[in-house]
Amino acid sequence: MKILVCISNVPDTTSKINFTEGDTKFDTSGIQFVINPNDEFGLTRAMWFKEKQGATVHVASVGEASTEPTIRKALAIGADEAIRVDAAPTDGFFVARQLADIVKKGEYDLVIAGRESIDYNGGMVPGIMAALLDMNFVNTCINLEVDGNNATAVREIDGGKEKVSTSLPLIIGGQKGLVEESDLRIPNMRGIMMARQKKLNVVDPVDATAATEEVRFEKPAPKGEVKLVDADNVGELVELLHNEAKVI
Amino acid sequence: MSILVYTESEQGKFKKHALEAASYAYAVAQQLGTTVTAISFNNEENDVLGTYGVSKVLKVSDDNLKTFNAKAYAQAVSQAASKEDSRVIVLSSSTDSKYMAGLLAGMLKASYAPNVVATPESTDPIVVKRTAFSNKGFALTKLEADTSIIGVSNNAFGLKENPTDATVEVFNPELKDGAFGVKSVEVDKVVGKATIADAEIVVSAGRGMKGPENWGMIEELADVLGAATACSKPVSDLGWRPHGEHVGQTGKPVASNLYIAIGISGAIQHLAGVSASKTKVVINNDPEAPFFKAADYGIVGDAFEVVPKLIEKLKEFKAQNA
Repeated sequence: MKILVCISNVPDTTSKINFTEGDTKFDTSGIQFVINPNDEFGLTRAMWFKEKQGATVHVASVGEASTEPTIRKALAIGADEAIRVDAAPTDGFFVARQLADIVKKGEYDLVIAGRESIDYNGGMVPGIMAALLDMNFVNTCINLEVDGNNATAVREIDGGKEKVSTSLPLIIGGQKGLVEESDLRIPNMRGIMMARQKKLNVVDPVDATAATEEVRFEKPAPKGEVKLVDADNVGELVELLHNEAKVI
Repeated sequence: MSILVYTESEQGKFKKHALEAASYAYAVAQQLGTTVTAISFNNEENDVLGTYGVSKVLKVSDDNLKTFNAKAYAQAVSQAASKEDSRVIVLSSSTDSKYMAGLLAGMLKASYAPNVVATPESTDPIVVKRTAFSNKGFALTKLEADTSIIGVSNNAFGLKENPTDATVEVFNPELKDGAFGVKSVEVDKVVGKATIADAEIVVSAGRGMKGPENWGMIEELADVLGAATACSKPVSDLGWRPHGEHVGQTGKPVASNLYIAIGISGAIQHLAGVSASKTKVVINNDPEAPFFKAADYGIVGDAFEVVPKLIEKLKEFKAQNA
């Protein structure tokens, strides 16, 4: 089985978000970039397929040269080979077009992407890829088993979960649950050394235009002071929620 | 060209967020000087949509579509869009709608903006405001393709009545080969209880509860309020509560009207996931807990004393206002 894991290079979850150039750009100064958490759960599940079922695991990312440390981290975790599409990831449609081209040329059986990136929160890349390639697609996937050409997946739905059966070739929009938090791997020294020897192929983007453009960013309005209610006067909270906030 | 809205049903009834999407679609239609067409699946109560401004309903009745199937539904919506020459498609932010939206964007080569919180600030081209950076910011997104898909953030617009006579028309989409490449085997879902996605009130608790055996009072509080229960990441990682309850940056997003956080300190990742909620209440014995800076109302105190009192006061309130 040939697996492609799609990786997005995103600000670490603890990052404070600021904008620059007249609020038209995300301010990357002082930001630590990491593998998008939803992608990392997928990558870790892919390592399981590699170790238990002999799968080959490649990772792909659309980004400029500055994203290579994140890609190297995926190699250090255990991916066999990496592909970087040398272009700024302008929007979800553009990225999906680039990745779809890699999937087609590489004839991958299973493509695992995160359900969404934690920066722009588009949540559309795996779905657009599935439509462009006419492949089966399971989103918000929290469990995945592959047996030959058949796959069984569990996806999270509002208020529960749904078990589905499908077949390869398949695209997954993954998230926590594909593996547990405790299964995530911190690359060890051997992995980091080996990653340096692994192939990181840089390819030119295919001709595609973005379907959206972020014209401006805003930060949330600053929060007013919290209104404290005495622990011995809980009734006042009920009062405030009813009369002032009007939420009960 | 009317605006097309996908109105999601559950057990034959429209979901609240479907009616919210219809309300939003009507507002956009007013801006663009057009009307709203809805597409519904296996729903016999289509007149309800007229209340929220829908002029025409394309009614799909097909036993194969009783259970949601993202690809088959996306094909149907895409065909409805071309039949109606719709250049704007509106849907909600439910898990199923988001699942379908990506496929639809790929099929129609459309611009898609998810988590939209307001009606377009301009219409030519369409520019919408949406949450980004996991609620740490907003993006003003220009939709540049011929067709635009707008995903309305839950509870962002609300239900707005605009009584309209809705005509209902039977619509039979032609589902292509491979539409059912993913088959539903089993749905495991809580029925009759509010879900985090749909609930107007969410009661959430963290490690301050000391152990899973203490969740009785959290569930009781949620029951009194008709709320969904949620939890912080450490709590789901420890296995005290199911993963489906984990809210925050890597868990489920919350956009309820009222969010009550009990024994949750308020790590930046947690706050990001819940900050779209309109009113936030924190109950924590540590006055330095970061959540107090993000909350509207707070009680510094021991949850084990405060929560039972709150339940009691709410019961009194409900009895008086019943």
